[in-house]
Amino acid sequence: MADLTSNFLGIKSPNPFWLASAPPTDKEYNVRRAYEAGWGGVVWKTLGSEGPPVVNVNGPRYGAIYGADRRLLGLNNIELITDRPLQTNLEEITRVKKDYPDRALVVSIMVPCDEESWKAILPLVEETGADGIELNFGCPHGMAERGMGSAVGQVPEYIQMVTEWCKKYYSKPVIVKLTPNITDIRNPARAAKAGGADAVSLINTINSITSVDLDLMAPQPTIGGKGSHGGYCGPAVKPIAMNMVAEIARDPQTHGLPISGIGGVTTWRDAAEFMALGAGNVQVCTAAMTYGFKVVQEMISGLSQWMDEKGYTSVDQFVGMATPNVTDWQYLDLNYVTKAKIDQDACIKCGRCYIACEDTSHQAILMSEDRVFEVNDSECVACNLCVDVCPVENCITMVELPKGEVDPRTGQTRGDYANWTTHLNNPSAQAAE
Amino acid sequence: MTTPMTPGIVSGRLAADEISRNFDDLHAPYDAHEARVAADRCYFCHDAPCMTACPTSIDIPLFIRQIQTGTPEAAAKTILTQNILGGMCARVCPTETLCEEVCVREVAEGKPVTIGRLQRYATDTLMARQGHPFARAEATGKTVAVVGAGPAGLACAHRLAMKGHSVTLFEGRPKAGGLNEYGIASYKSTDDFAAREVAWLLEIGGITVETGKTLGDGLSLDGLKTDYDAVFLGVGLGGVNALRIDGEEAATAAVDFIAELRQSDDLTMLPVGRNVVVIGGGMTAVDAAVQSKLLGAESVTIAYRRSRDEMPASTFEQGLAAAKGVRLLFNVMPVAIGDGAITLEYTATQNGKLAGTGETMSLPADQVFKAIGQTLTTDGGLVIEDGKIAVTDTGRTSATGVWAGGDCASGGEDLTVTAVAEGRDAAEDIHAVLMGV
Ligand SMILES: Cc1cc2nc3c(=O)[nH]c(=O)nc-3n(C[C@H](O)[C@H](O)[C@H](O)COP(=O)(O)OP(=O)(O)OC[C@H]3O[C@@H](n4cnc5c(N)ncnc54)[C@H](O)[C@@H]3O)c2cc1C
Ligand SMILES: Cc1cc2nc3c(=O)[nH]c(=O)nc-3n(C[C@H](O)[C@H](O)[C@H](O)COP(=O)(O)O)c2cc1C
Ligand code: SF4
Ligand code: SF4
Ligand code: SF4
Repeated sequence: MADLTSNFLGIKSPNPFWLASAPPTDKEYNVRRAYEAGWGGVVWKTLGSEGPPVVNVNGPRYGAIYGADRRLLGLNNIELITDRPLQTNLEEITRVKKDYPDRALVVSIMVPCDEESWKAILPLVEETGADGIELNFGCPHGMAERGMGSAVGQVPEYIQMVTEWCKKYYSKPVIVKLTPNITDIRNPARAAKAGGADAVSLINTINSITSVDLDLMAPQPTIGGKGSHGGYCGPAVKPIAMNMVAEIARDPQTHGLPISGIGGVTTWRDAAEFMALGAGNVQVCTAAMTYGFKVVQEMISGLSQWMDEKGYTSVDQFVGMATPNVTDWQYLDLNYVTKAKIDQDACIKCGRCYIACEDTSHQAILMSEDRVFEVNDSECVACNLCVDVCPVENCITMVELPKGEVDPRTGQTRGDYANWTTHLNNPSAQAAE
Repeated sequence: MTTPMTPGIVSGRLAADEISRNFDDLHAPYDAHEARVAADRCYFCHDAPCMTACPTSIDIPLFIRQIQTGTPEAAAKTILTQNILGGMCARVCPTETLCEEVCVREVAEGKPVTIGRLQRYATDTLMARQGHPFARAEATGKTVAVVGAGPAGLACAHRLAMKGHSVTLFEGRPKAGGLNEYGIASYKSTDDFAAREVAWLLEIGGITVETGKTLGDGLSLDGLKTDYDAVFLGVGLGGVNALRIDGEEAATAAVDFIAELRQSDDLTMLPVGRNVVVIGGGMTAVDAAVQSKLLGAESVTIAYRRSRDEMPASTFEQGLAAAKGVRLLFNVMPVAIGDGAITLEYTATQNGKLAGTGETMSLPADQVFKAIGQTLTTDGGLVIEDGKIAVTDTGRTSATGVWAGGDCASGGEDLTVTAVAEGRDAAEDIHAVLMGV
């Protein structure tokens, strides 16, 4: 079995699976259960300043999107940071860290955007013996209305400033958790780096309305006839989160900055994908909230089986391996030609590829009287839609046209690598000549 | 106390609660969640094979998608537009040889989308929550006589009424419904569904039902032709084939036994033999055998003269019979009944013809049912083809102004869904002729 030991910013954990700051890490009771179940680390539910704690709504705080058989695909919440006294949390953190020295314990913090507030809380957190802190600049609801959370995370200057304070008043690693509710994720990441952050973690939740109650005419979850936008997470957000991780990993200004990948991690494969794109570890919230802490067992066994199969002996060996293959569209090889091919033995004759191509693509699939479906290479643009809609895995595949052969659609011989930057139709390419 | 072992033909072999369990729904209805999960398996095929296989051409992918999106009433309308007895068909269609047989998921994985059960979910929901979903067109002033209130007659009458014609539905029996009411196995149509469906269908208006009126006994085809603008015959097959063996008088027609069973309001009072033998190999044979067993007969045997492969009852029906404890005997034919036993002779195919081998065996039998096919008893003097009223694609008979459909008419399998399709299509043709469109 592969060694899953993870070393993120010098913080060691038996595996790279951490629980993200959220209800699963809200108190000692949960965190002890999580460690017992096998989680490598936790980021404690976000702490606020000393004083009366925040309050949560007393009506429903989650909404959901489902796939087949009520499989939860997306979760939305309007919960705030911890609603328990700071002192209680700090005592619990101290106790737990003492009892589980081999597990990672990072404390998430969100206090008002002034130096005094940070200066006040950081020594208290330092005293707990926790391994590091995570700055919650992401929470998109409630706290943002009070000038915290994503209200800070959306202003790069603030990120840099607060990170600097943290580095000044706290000795251990500082992770800056980013909000995805921003147009270009690279800017806050650059600001965090400039402020001296040891790492960024992303994504926090995405502003969302999951559904509308058509009888009440109100968004859900509905509190007394009204609803508020909430933060979206779970499997549905994974593609968005992965792109943001990759953007930071391949940005020359932030390349090499450690990343903790978050957003929809549900299985070992999700984790491996995030890590291949450059995340040093992953954090999980919704999967644990859906299935309980035991899900980590599958993540552990799956990742180690895959690593064994691939011959990886440590998790660091594949971190970032896919990053160099994420590029800009303009550098894609326009001479790379494929054609869809249907495996007639696997085809169950549902006709979905046909109607998708016929109605919405390039009329490149032929249907015979007796329901035999075949690709017409002289129309197929290789868009992949048929592959995507076919219910049978690997029934339609994209077959590469070897170099030197003629593409029956264009009548042109496939040539060597050439991209848009030098393409005839590209006005700037011509201008450059 | 009477038990399955009590000799002779007696009632009350099983306790009331056991009987009521035995005759419960063959497939429990889906609840909303089960229906959505089942619906999610449908691929929404293009030019769907299931739809082609349905004799009434229901848009199956569409109605399943409507279930999936939480609108079962809209799904029911999709179904009922094509098949007004979609509720009964959902219960009785041999889906394993129709829509579900060709479902791409049956072909691919041997596990079809459960179209029949989904159809039931949709139609049950609509019937429970809404009134009749269709409205009549403006009255045309045309009148049509429909003879026989089985699936064919009901479907024809409904479509005609919807088009604004005024329909009189003549039925020889005391109740409308045809074999839905008198023939279909009890566990396929529980809670008096047949009668409830007829009442619901008639809510369209414009249909007058006259029960106890028989063509050939009081009513004549010529009379109807004179009094009405058009006539539709959906009289089914009223007679049964004879065994032509010694002791035949001791055998009962399976359809009569089933009709009695269907009309009984206390099945503990219905007598059944200790040792029952059913002669035949179709749906009727299976239904008579299974229901005998469910009433408490100790041993029930189906004796079919050909091989298993040739048996008209589907593999599903055969499996159902076997699961209920019915013994299936193949390649045997009856030669004599008497003294509480039946003598069967083994058969073999020689030179392409089935013949007795001379070897015989005897089975105890205090009750013998014959289920070797039904025959046409009302032909109205029309041209007959292979024992049925000859009709065109749209149900036209040899007489102008007279249409026919369902079991009594040529073409198509003898199934409820086929009868509905033929009744509906004849109605469309009648409408076209009457309105000159
Ligand atoms: C025991 C049994 C089980 C079956 N099980 C199934 C099944 O599970 N699934 C399936 O799809 N099919 C099944 N069938 C076949 C199905 O019931 C028939 O195909 C279908 O009912 C035919 O409909 P129909 O309207 O043509 O005839 P019928 O249902 O027979 O209706 C004819 C009607 O006309 C009336 N009538 C007859 N003569 C006259 C007259 N002279 N004047 C006035 N009225 C008259 C009759 O009383 C009857 O009400 C079964 C049949 C039997 C016998
Ligand atoms: C109910 C709920 C409360 C959350 N509270 C916090 C929080 O207090 N601090 C924080 O940094 N993130 C919070 N998050 C965001 C998660 O830590 C995580 O970033 C997000 O859910 C994406 O991961 P996932 O797809 O695995 O759930 C919360 C998420 C949920 C569902
Ligand atoms: S979508 Fe796939 S299974 Fe369906 S017809 Fe096309 S190739 Fe065959
Ligand atoms: S009517 Fe019968 S054959 Fe047609 S779809 Fe419904 S169950 Fe299938
Ligand atoms: S064939 Fe099966 S999967 Fe395809 S539309 Fe019909 S029920 Fe759905």
